[in-house]
Amino acid sequence: MKNIQRVPGALLGAILLVLSGSALADWQLNLTEGVTEISREVYDMHMMVLWICVVIGVLVFGAMFYSILKHRKSQGAVPATFHESMVAEVGWTVVPFVILIVMALPAAKALIKMEDSSNSDITIKVTGHQWKWEYEYVDSGVHFFSSLDTASREAGVKNSGVDVNSVENYLLDVDNRIIVPVGKKIRFLLTSNDVIHAWWVPAFAIKKDAIPGYINEMWTNIDEEGVYRGQCAELCGKDHGYMPIVVEAVSEERYNEWVGEQIAAAEAEANSADKKWAMDDLMARGESVYATACAACHQANGQGIPGVFPGLVDSPIALGDVKAHIDIVLNGKAGTAMQAFGAQLSDVDAAAIVTYERNAWGNDTGDVVQPSEIKELR
Amino acid sequence: MNAAATEADHHHGPAPGLMRWVTTTNHKDIGTLYLWFSFIMFFIGGLMALIIRSELFQPGLTIVDPHFFNQMTTMHALIMIFGVVMPAFVGLANWMLPIMVGAPDMALPRMNNWSFWILPFGFGIMLSTLFMDGGGPAAGWTLYPPLSLQTGDAFPYLIFSIHMLGVSSIMGAINIVATIMNLRAPGMTFMKMPLFVWTWFITAYLLIAVMPVLAGAVTMLLTDKFFGTSFFNAAGGGDPVMFQHIFWFFGHPEVYILILPSFGLVSEIIPTFSRKRLFGYSSMVYATASIAFLSFIVWAHHMFTVGMPLTGELFFMFTTMLIAVPTGVKVFNWVSTMWRGAMTFETPMLFALGFVVMFTIGGFSGLMLAMTPIDFQYHDTYFVVAHFHYVLVPGAIFGIIAGVYYWLPKWTGNMYNETLGKWHFWTSTVFVNILFFPMHFVGLAGMPRRIPDYAVQFADFNAIATIGAFGFGFSQILLLVLVIKCIRGGDKATDQVWEGAQGLEWTLSSPPPYHSFSVQPVIK
Ligand code: HEC
Ligand SMILES: [Cu+2]
Repeated sequence: MKNIQRVPGALLGAILLVLSGSALADWQLNLTEGVTEISREVYDMHMMVLWICVVIGVLVFGAMFYSILKHRKSQGAVPATFHESMVAEVGWTVVPFVILIVMALPAAKALIKMEDSSNSDITIKVTGHQWKWEYEYVDSGVHFFSSLDTASREAGVKNSGVDVNSVENYLLDVDNRIIVPVGKKIRFLLTSNDVIHAWWVPAFAIKKDAIPGYINEMWTNIDEEGVYRGQCAELCGKDHGYMPIVVEAVSEERYNEWVGEQIAAAEAEANSADKKWAMDDLMARGESVYATACAACHQANGQGIPGVFPGLVDSPIALGDVKAHIDIVLNGKAGTAMQAFGAQLSDVDAAAIVTYERNAWGNDTGDVVQPSEIKELR
Repeated sequence: MNAAATEADHHHGPAPGLMRWVTTTNHKDIGTLYLWFSFIMFFIGGLMALIIRSELFQPGLTIVDPHFFNQMTTMHALIMIFGVVMPAFVGLANWMLPIMVGAPDMALPRMNNWSFWILPFGFGIMLSTLFMDGGGPAAGWTLYPPLSLQTGDAFPYLIFSIHMLGVSSIMGAINIVATIMNLRAPGMTFMKMPLFVWTWFITAYLLIAVMPVLAGAVTMLLTDKFFGTSFFNAAGGGDPVMFQHIFWFFGHPEVYILILPSFGLVSEIIPTFSRKRLFGYSSMVYATASIAFLSFIVWAHHMFTVGMPLTGELFFMFTTMLIAVPTGVKVFNWVSTMWRGAMTFETPMLFALGFVVMFTIGGFSGLMLAMTPIDFQYHDTYFVVAHFHYVLVPGAIFGIIAGVYYWLPKWTGNMYNETLGKWHFWTSTVFVNILFFPMHFVGLAGMPRRIPDYAVQFADFNAIATIGAFGFGFSQILLLVLVIKCIRGGDKATDQVWEGAQGLEWTLSSPPPYHSFSVQPVIK
């Protein structure tokens, strides 16, 4: 009976499958095998347990449905009177126990391997933020933030008028990818700046929580070059669904080249902080940095979300003392979702944001904040 | 029949009018209140589920905002767990336990009234938070800090309502323990108690043990937020992971609280419609007790990704896998009970059989989740959502529905409409699978849970699940119609109701007298 019942579901699936030739969906049913030794091991184990369950299921449900078909009153069945059997009870306690041991041994072995992040070649510190990731290459000092790309962000809001199917890698793309070399043991150190997040890339079969006050460890060693995508996997508030992870695995040469470029770019950025910026340049830059760093809470129109995130339009802080404004942006406000942005924003970015907030949406204070002022107040 | 005869000796029936329900201390009235309350909350929680599924019908934000979406997932869970499954079990216990053990009423009738009437107020407060500044709780029913500490004005109300629900549950549980310990009819030894009584007895102990733990955890959240403590605040020397340990020390026994009484119900129903005694009665009792014991030492399997030491991960993996053994014993015993019986398939039996199959599917995915290295892939994805919905919906809730059909003729004195019942079963079963089975696929393919929008490759299975959700939701209206029709009339039920039924409840008239067993039955 139960078998029959699943038929409509399967049928419906089949019909939709035929109809959806044009859709982007790929009907993936199973776990990915991934691109690391560990991920393949995990996949094999997943398949092993799945098949064990299928076999047990076929036996148990088989017996049950046989009984349902044959031992029914309408077939003239007369009930037997047995209601106990020591042999059976012991049997179906011991046999499952043995099966469990067969399953537990490889699992324990794999787990021991997964938890051993010693002898790594590269260490990357990952910090979760509401709602973006911060990456710091401990060895080379490369450091950047990675948030949802603008195309997804704009298409994803309600009534955006954009068909999300037309956005490439919708919700799975970021502004800054992390680049890693293949064939190296990469150790991740995970922590968080606010609430708990979890860093997960299915192709590597690794997932761990990023927890404030903790530094968790995990590692991977990627076999194939390519781009691998994942998402935050621990509810972290409003935009939990909007903090993807993109890892690009490249050859070692390309990786070293990239590190060099990043270091050079960081130096150029530091130098630009010393020059005097024009208001228009600050406003333009401020608008884009505001969109990635602040708009999730204070909204693109500066109105905030009443009761949760204050609006910045006509806000006493955005219209009042510049120092107080810079202070809350750099140092946040303890005990609220307003975090300290000082570490995440360069002097130029912070100056641009404050200038932007003081002059956008009708907050026409005319104040221009220079990067040097930020530097002084840090 | 002697019970029906003694009914005439009773002068006082229920108080007239609405006050009957406010002041009642009668176990049947209170059982009825609990069951209706649970049924109403089932539709409210279901409505939230439909809002969630509507948003997820297509990729792209279409209906709600992410913050409201999170409020819906949080409230849906809190309502379904504390407002639907638990009160339904307590309702069934109130109605049936005294009758099944041959007692005149529950041991503590006034407290019984209290434990029910706290509930509507608790949930009134909880639901009202949706209209407060900053909205309702949105950090998930697990309330993990630091996120839960970002809740707006709703926070203290949420904590207070959880306290109220906890007090209600503890009082209900104490009442059940007291009834079973003290009011059993002469001759009803522990090992002669019906399994529904046994599973509730064990469940009640679980409740008494863990509800205070939850109360402690949420109180610590409250003081962290308002009184400057740092239990869970790393910056103040506290530990956010500690909350998870405490929460799941409550939470894991809680999931067995949500399933054990259904085990009991199914263990009553399958023998009745197989016309054969339950196979392995004593092993069923021991299996239930072992599950209850194990439930206290497996909690951290909900948090394999927090970065526990390797030994901790191994310990919790092994103990968790061990639960498969007593759970398997139960399933094998049910199948053996059917084996060479003489089965008929009235609606309660259909729901019980659906329970066995689909609960077992949930058990299988549970076994997969137990294995730490692969749990890293499953954790916090839709695979987990599929897993716990299989054990809770076609598991716990099908068990409850089976129990309702089983005893409805006894409660009302009327037979329900069997055709409508069968329709209810088949539509529910078909749609529940359309709803939850595809979630396994999207979960394995990498879709995290608790997200309001998703990458487009998950679109088709989500669309199918949403169709299933609406089908399942609307199927439940059949149950409402059926119950109302049955209360209003129908073929008269006999005292025995079901040909193969055993137990004291079938010796009373249908419906039973307002005060059951004024003369104690004796069990040989
Ligand atoms: C995670 C959500 C979040 C993000 C992201 C965020 N803020 Fe805030 N912000 C808040 C909250 C909450 C408050 C209110 C704190 C309080 O209770 O006083 C706040 C307050 C402020 C205030 C003071 C407003 C007033 O009138 O009191 C300013 C200015 C501000 N934020 C600027 C920023 C800037 C600039 C950024 C981006 C770099 C930013 N915020 C990003 C949540 C956020
Ligand atoms: Cu996150």
